[in-house]
Amino acid sequence: MSAIPRLPLTRNIRRGAAPFSRAEYEQADGYLAVRDTLGKVEPASLIALIAASGLGGCGGGGFPTGRKWQLMPGKDQRPGPRYLLINADEMEPGTFKDRLLLEGDPHQMIEGIILSAYALQADHAYIFVRGEYLTAIERLNHAIAEAEAAGLIGENILGSGFDLSVQVHGGAGRYICGEETALLNSLEGRRAIPRSKPPFPQVNGLWGCPTIVNNVETICNVPHIVRYGADWYRGLGVNGALGTKIYGVSGRVRNPGTFELPMGTPMRDMIEDHAGGMKDGYRLTAVLPGGASTAFLMAENLDVPMTFADMAKHGTRLGTGTAIVLDDKTCPVGFIANLQQFFARESCGWCAPCRDGLPWVERTLKSIEAGEGRATDLDLLLEMTGNLGPGRTFCALAPGAMASLQSGLQYFGPVFEQHIATKACPWT
Amino acid sequence: MSIVERQPPLDATERAAIAELIAHYPTARAAAIDSLKYVQQRRRYVSDGTLHEVAHLLGMSAAELDEVATFYNLIYRKPVGEKVILLCDSISCWITGRDQLAAHIHQRLGIRQGETTADGRFTLLPIVCLGDCDHAPVMMVGDTLHGNVDTAALDAIFQPAESDTP
Ligand code: SF4
Ligand code: FES
Repeated sequence: MSAIPRLPLTRNIRRGAAPFSRAEYEQADGYLAVRDTLGKVEPASLIALIAASGLGGCGGGGFPTGRKWQLMPGKDQRPGPRYLLINADEMEPGTFKDRLLLEGDPHQMIEGIILSAYALQADHAYIFVRGEYLTAIERLNHAIAEAEAAGLIGENILGSGFDLSVQVHGGAGRYICGEETALLNSLEGRRAIPRSKPPFPQVNGLWGCPTIVNNVETICNVPHIVRYGADWYRGLGVNGALGTKIYGVSGRVRNPGTFELPMGTPMRDMIEDHAGGMKDGYRLTAVLPGGASTAFLMAENLDVPMTFADMAKHGTRLGTGTAIVLDDKTCPVGFIANLQQFFARESCGWCAPCRDGLPWVERTLKSIEAGEGRATDLDLLLEMTGNLGPGRTFCALAPGAMASLQSGLQYFGPVFEQHIATKACPWT
Repeated sequence: MSIVERQPPLDATERAAIAELIAHYPTARAAAIDSLKYVQQRRRYVSDGTLHEVAHLLGMSAAELDEVATFYNLIYRKPVGEKVILLCDSISCWITGRDQLAAHIHQRLGIRQGETTADGRFTLLPIVCLGDCDHAPVMMVGDTLHGNVDTAALDAIFQPAESDTP
């Protein structure tokens, strides 16, 4: 019997070493939750348990997982295939947490899938992994084969009467695949263009069948909640938050990396204690708290607890929870221009404001950075943050792109003006 | 130029492999990306002729399959070198000097983004965040991920290629 973990998601992960085999995973009490649940617990009470735990989506949205699951019509209402689709298409710049979970403990992912699929009475699960994650794909396939051999995946699992197939689908690129309806199109062999909602995937997903799309980290929490209960899970957080989170930080900190910490840990603790603070000679100017689609959090607000609600109070979002540090030796205009280059290239091209607007924003920022900006550019950029803002485009990609630009114009206005006035970047 | 511009018809092994991929999904079309990736692995890129043949096996028109193939950046519709260098150009790698690495690659191999070396060994392409930002700057060369890349590491990676060539 292992002790009750405080940091469940990473308890089996030995960085730099091979992940647990099925035997090692079971030695550490792995698959016990599956053995205790399948055919013994009502699927509906499992959904109720996840709802009671307060587990929220870890892909960036934070939508309550239990509520999402409850929106799927029951098997009696909608007979036919039902799908669980794991979104492992990690491509948000600055985000590298799902890689850790997929490579570090693939059996935890599989156990989460078995339990979640059982709760949803889904008979097929797909793990949509971005094509570049070759190690993750290989380790997942190996873990699936081991689980199948042990009768944990397949027909009539452990004599419970529950059947499940699990398949890894490797992607072929494009950030927009991470949008859940675009993910459905991509898996069906189409261009990854978002679908209009409603209908939501829960009702009309893969091939028109009920489909739940969840992030890797979300589903990795499920075995632990099943095993230790909703109260245990809620008690893991600090500062009023619940559960743990794989946080991370990159940029010019001493020890960039991922850290599982109680949800609600202050940003400062992560950066200073866990990441070792800034490298010598660099000062922190601001951070993007959770990937390229989040707004700047300025240095003076670093004590904010890393929760969805607290980040919102500072005009930004927790996003994926992996922060990117902007340091004092890096030009904020160049930083934002790089982000916009990403979004302009990754626009799926479906709607005109995003397809045409983002390249325009990118070019304008790059010309300012190159010392060729005009005084009128700033008003135009500001206007673009409205034109590409929430509600103006078909999906959230363009509004996400505007988060750094809008907050950047607000916080770094004088830096933009200096570029234009002196016709040069002060950092070069 | 060692790149083959024309590709032979799909052989029996390839046809069987694609049939096997199709069997994994409720519709043949869902195997489009797997099939394109598979033939690309064997042929480096997907020529017009190959695209037509794969489309036929998937029950799609060539235009429909090309619509898919041209959307995804890891499917190459034009010849590429033996190894594709994917140099991350997203934020954490930009902060930590990916532009200097691109300049070094240009100096060393004579290629910029989208170009292939004259000996056909390497093609350089940009890529979004490779999800390894704690080791920025990051790149993939073929199937291998390289983190904390500096110019010395680049030289080491390109070294064997050069010593092979007479
Ligand atoms: S906002 Fe951009 S990514 Fe989203 S549908 Fe429109 S063009 Fe595509
Ligand atoms: S930004 Fe380059 S790996 Fe993430």
